[in-house]
Amino acid sequence: MTATTAIRTDESNSFASGRLPRAAPWWVLAACLAASAAVFALLGAGAPIAEFNIVGTVFIGMVAYTIVIVAIARLVEGQRRATDRFVTTLVTLAFVIALLPLISLVFTVITNGLPRFDLEFFTYSMRSIVGEGGGAIHAIVGTLLMTGTAAVISIPIGLMASIYLVEYGRGRLARAITFFVDVMTGIPSIVAGLFAYAVFSALLGPGERLGLAGAMALAVLMIPVVVRSSEEMLRLVPNELREAAFALGVPKWLMIVKVVLPTSIAGITTGIMLSIARVIGETAPLLIAAGFTNNLNYDLTEGRMQSLPVFVYTSYVAQGTDAQAYLDRAWAGALTLILIVMLLNLIARLVARQFAPKLGR
Amino acid sequence: MTALGTPPRIAAKQRPGDRVFAGSAVLAGSLILATLALVAAFLVIQSVPAVTVPADQLSILGGDTFLEYVVPLVFGTVWAALIALVLAVPVSLGIALFISHYAPRRLAEGLGYVIDLLAAVPSVVFGLWGGNVLAPAIQPVYTWLWENLSFIPLFAGPPSGTGRTVLTAGIVLAVMILPIITALCREVFLQTPVLHEEAALALGATRWEMIRMTVLPFGRPGIISAVMLGLGRALGETMAVAMVLSATGVITVNLISSINPSTIAANIALSFPEAYGDNVSVLIATGLVLFAITLVVNAIARVVVNRRKDFSGAN
Repeated sequence: MTATTAIRTDESNSFASGRLPRAAPWWVLAACLAASAAVFALLGAGAPIAEFNIVGTVFIGMVAYTIVIVAIARLVEGQRRATDRFVTTLVTLAFVIALLPLISLVFTVITNGLPRFDLEFFTYSMRSIVGEGGGAIHAIVGTLLMTGTAAVISIPIGLMASIYLVEYGRGRLARAITFFVDVMTGIPSIVAGLFAYAVFSALLGPGERLGLAGAMALAVLMIPVVVRSSEEMLRLVPNELREAAFALGVPKWLMIVKVVLPTSIAGITTGIMLSIARVIGETAPLLIAAGFTNNLNYDLTEGRMQSLPVFVYTSYVAQGTDAQAYLDRAWAGALTLILIVMLLNLIARLVARQFAPKLGR
Repeated sequence: MTALGTPPRIAAKQRPGDRVFAGSAVLAGSLILATLALVAAFLVIQSVPAVTVPADQLSILGGDTFLEYVVPLVFGTVWAALIALVLAVPVSLGIALFISHYAPRRLAEGLGYVIDLLAAVPSVVFGLWGGNVLAPAIQPVYTWLWENLSFIPLFAGPPSGTGRTVLTAGIVLAVMILPIITALCREVFLQTPVLHEEAALALGATRWEMIRMTVLPFGRPGIISAVMLGLGRALGETMAVAMVLSATGVITVNLISSINPSTIAANIALSFPEAYGDNVSVLIATGLVLFAITLVVNAIARVVVNRRKDFSGAN
């Protein structure tokens, strides 16, 4: 009802009247931020608050902007458009709010991590080091060994399972696998660690922690991710290619190896890289299954093995006599870890772009 | 399906290569089912001593029965996850809408990638950040809440001096599940039939009215399952909670005091390195409880998603 009356009153100049100019929100935003900054500057000069507070300025400015723009829109454009502007502001704010922790996190990791991001960090282990110095070579070696082993276990299984789902799977077994792969993606990482620990204490006696157990825990977490991403990629391969191969008399297995896999190899590689990036940062399962140590250990089948995330955790939790040295090492470890994960992500995206399936016609 | 005149199905010639390949594919698929069954079996077997061994021989229980030990942990797990959901869901819906319907087209993909970056950060780094940066920064807010709102049980205080409360842990968890919920919701929102949106706009709807009438009803099952998946992740998250929360293992809804409930996963991570003998079984049994909870939550989410596939026509 209100809509009809609104249209009628606007009939005189129906396109231009009753709307705020396009630039109006920006002007209001600038004015509100300036006003808020002025208030805080005055408060700072009058000394009720210690210093100029940038977070407070932006916060008060945004609240003021929301109120002012909604009020103006209500007066000029009516209730419906005012609600629209209100929601637009909220939605944009949500995005900005999500950026805050990301910026803060990246900033602190870089500033706190750089002091110990040196050669010693990458060449020394923590063996018989009490205060300053030392490094994380044992953790880096452990992470590479365990993640590598997990990848060697889970890539063939995951890939073959996805081939089964796409090329062979019909009926109940395929449906069960699809469902339980989905369920498996939701396994809490620490439960995977408990599982690997339980298996190896049943095999080797209680309390045994070794690199292989860590790799097994990571594989449990990695397999469903590999299956999911490879399955999606295999389904993208057009059926015409399969039929063309069959028409030439190619056996099914050769068709999969020579036609389906090469077509989708870029996507599969990307998915595998992303799954490695996901498990390389896992802490809890390795803490449980592989334990922690200060020594360099190259043997997956014997003795505890340190990894980079667990190194960060133990340095943070068990700060020794010189707490700052331990914290610095933790931050440097965190920086290394983030760089590795970002690098894997970047390579994955480059691979996806470089070797995208050449289906163009 | 069989129309008149369709030739009878011809069975392909079975070559050895085919048999080996198909066999190994079936094997790999079954191995996944076997793994999941093994996970459940090993956890059950290993956690039997937690209930059969008399409670006074298990030092970790501190005189309680197993049930008395695990209930506060379950409460803490659910409580922290719920706080995270309450904080994360509105924000992620906002971000998903912003990327799918508000941001300029050219920017949208890049902005989505920025949010995905949050998902790539390892949980231990979130823990480090939450404990060292967020907790001290947010402590004054807790003091303020206590001074002004302490009549609400949630803010009964007294405020923690370090800021390492269950609310801080909830905020860190919220940041961690944000990208998951956002990514799924964005996908669903982008699948809204363009004709529905254009029809709403053509009838004179504002952008918000269009979203409320077409995008949100269409995406509701997707939103629900995204929230459930986020809940599953928040329930199982370990390191961020273990490194941020200073827990005492009680049941309380007080968000800002220094006495906080612990979560199952964090409790395992903190107690496991020192546990010995049958105490390990107690921790594995709590892990089994966590496994069961997340299994149920994830299964519900998947059922909702799968049911949606049938009637939406989006796929």
